[in-house]
Amino acid sequence: MTVQGESADHQWVDDHAGPVVRPYAMTRGRARPVTGTFDLISLVTATRADVTPEIGIGPEHLAIVGLCQRIQSVAEIAAHLDLPVGTIRVLLGDLAARNLVQVREPQTTAGLPDNSIFEAVINGLRAL
Amino acid sequence: MDYGHSDRPAGATPLPTAIKILVAGGFGVGKTTMVGAVSETRPLRTEEVLTESGVGIDDLSGVEEKTTTTVAMDFGRITISDDLVLYLFGTPGQDRFWFVWDELALGAIGAVVLADTRRLADCFPSIDYFEGRGTPFVVAVNCFEGSRQYRLDEVQTALNLDPGVPVLLCDARQRESSKEVLVTLMEHAMKTREARRRAAGSN
Repeated sequence: MTVQGESADHQWVDDHAGPVVRPYAMTRGRARPVTGTFDLISLVTATRADVTPEIGIGPEHLAIVGLCQRIQSVAEIAAHLDLPVGTIRVLLGDLAARNLVQVREPQTTAGLPDNSIFEAVINGLRAL
Repeated sequence: MDYGHSDRPAGATPLPTAIKILVAGGFGVGKTTMVGAVSETRPLRTEEVLTESGVGIDDLSGVEEKTTTTVAMDFGRITISDDLVLYLFGTPGQDRFWFVWDELALGAIGAVVLADTRRLADCFPSIDYFEGRGTPFVVAVNCFEGSRQYRLDEVQTALNLDPGVPVLLCDARQRESSKEVLVTLMEHAMKTREARRRAAGSN
């Protein structure tokens, strides 16, 4: 990492300077995932406890697998890894293509068979 | 959600259903406050980076060199049960990011429009948006200290709302009050869905 014009004003001293590796570098320039759509609330879980690094699987992929030992939404993964959602979608596509994560797309209201989800949410909220 | 999941057989975990509710309204009306009041964790923030094609609908005059825009969304989570997780998303305050709203509103079960009676017009764009999309919504008047108290029917009239749209007072800082808003929304969304089903069935 070299910084142009190494004056105090230009030195990267903390996180406010932004990531050293740009998001598009993590996805090797790709803007779209190889597979899947990944809604913000699609739920993701890792299918394995550990993944060995291989070609095409970088540190960010491994971080997602680590995070998804517990079920997480796409939005949560992006927030915890502090990466844009678009970047996370591309990385998740790589993992899904290798069956390293399992993804559940959200329910749409129109697709609900009955009122049971509404009732469950109402009861759950009241019980909070 | 517990550590027992880590020794599951690969690919066999039944994942819960996720649903989302949006919290909309003008800048500074208390969207993130409400999300935080009911969420089981502090509100998280996620960002969408929009490139040139995404910001094409914006008026870029004067900022022609700007090719990316970051839109931040605050959100929270309520685990209802092992099978059901509710996410609450605060919509981006800037009303011009409609394409982000479209993504957020897709599949949303309903929306809370937070209103501040001192700046009632700030919530017009949200109301127009959800009316246009047919997303069930309630209007929650966040009671700020020092703001004049209006009767709910006055707010309903001022906002020119359909009489079926629930309007209620709330304190977005209070968990109980915010819970009540969400329960009212879920009841309204359920009724709306039933009414639409009946209407579709009678045709």
